[in-house]
Amino acid sequence: MVAVAVVRVRDLFAAAMLFAIYSLLSAGLFTVLDAGDVALTEAAVGAGLSTILVLAVLTLARRHEHPTGGYNWLALAVVLVTGAMLGYAAMDLPEFGNPDNPAQTHVGAHYVANTGDDMGIPNMVAAVLASYRSIDTMGEAFVIFAAALAVFALLSVRPHRGLPGVRRRRPISRRRASQRKPSP
Amino acid sequence: MTLLGFFNYWVVVTLMMIGFYCVIARGNMIKKVMGLNLFQTSVFILFVSAGKVVGGSTPILRDGVEVYSNPLPHVIVLTAIVVGVAITAVGLALAVRIQEAYGTIEDDHLGDDLDDDEQG
Repeated sequence: MVAVAVVRVRDLFAAAMLFAIYSLLSAGLFTVLDAGDVALTEAAVGAGLSTILVLAVLTLARRHEHPTGGYNWLALAVVLVTGAMLGYAAMDLPEFGNPDNPAQTHVGAHYVANTGDDMGIPNMVAAVLASYRSIDTMGEAFVIFAAALAVFALLSVRPHRGLPGVRRRRPISRRRASQRKPSP
Repeated sequence: MTLLGFFNYWVVVTLMMIGFYCVIARGNMIKKVMGLNLFQTSVFILFVSAGKVVGGSTPILRDGVEVYSNPLPHVIVLTAIVVGVAITAVGLALAVRIQEAYGTIEDDHLGDDLDDDEQG
């Protein structure tokens, strides 16, 4: 329901707030699904950091979305067809929560059985993330570094008078442009 | 094997449809980024629910607990959340640049200025 509201609301500020609520709800869902670490990260990153990023952009852009009017029937058709196909495919997936599911019978059991002996720390998620699969986590760090570089490269360009041949619709005041900071 | 056993997949598919529609149909770029995030969250829920064992508990070793949920989906979803916020940051930075260059972040309005210039 909240997700629908996020899409429907035209006021982008309200949409940002609703999205924070949505992230918090999904964090609660992750807790119910036994994923404590994921829930913590989702609450911090989804509800906190993403909201701050969106709000920072909203200080620069217009607050209200331009009304498009009515539904986009083509998009709705594409989405419904995709959803129907996925729903059909989901019938072949394993039943929820069954201990005999394929996901539970391969390497997962190994980590559950050996984390205590190998690492000496109780948190299996941290053990897998930082030790068993540490090279992958380093790759993740590279991705984040690349993203930070991209954000910095995009935002460090001095604002000029628009692209050649393009007239700017509404000039941005210099004061506001100088307050702009690169996102983390 | 009951229908309720597939309820998690229905939730995932529904959220995915909402996010997908948001990405396609909404012209505002901030809204598109939000739709992308909705889409992402549906995939997270798919992964985490795949790792859930009924009667299991959070994968933190402690006494008196025999059954743990699978920790591997949690790990990959943690990675995906962090990468997702990096993608959000890059997308929003692009939106800021487009706002600076064109004065709008609506898809439909991006061509307007060009048309004016061609006429004038």
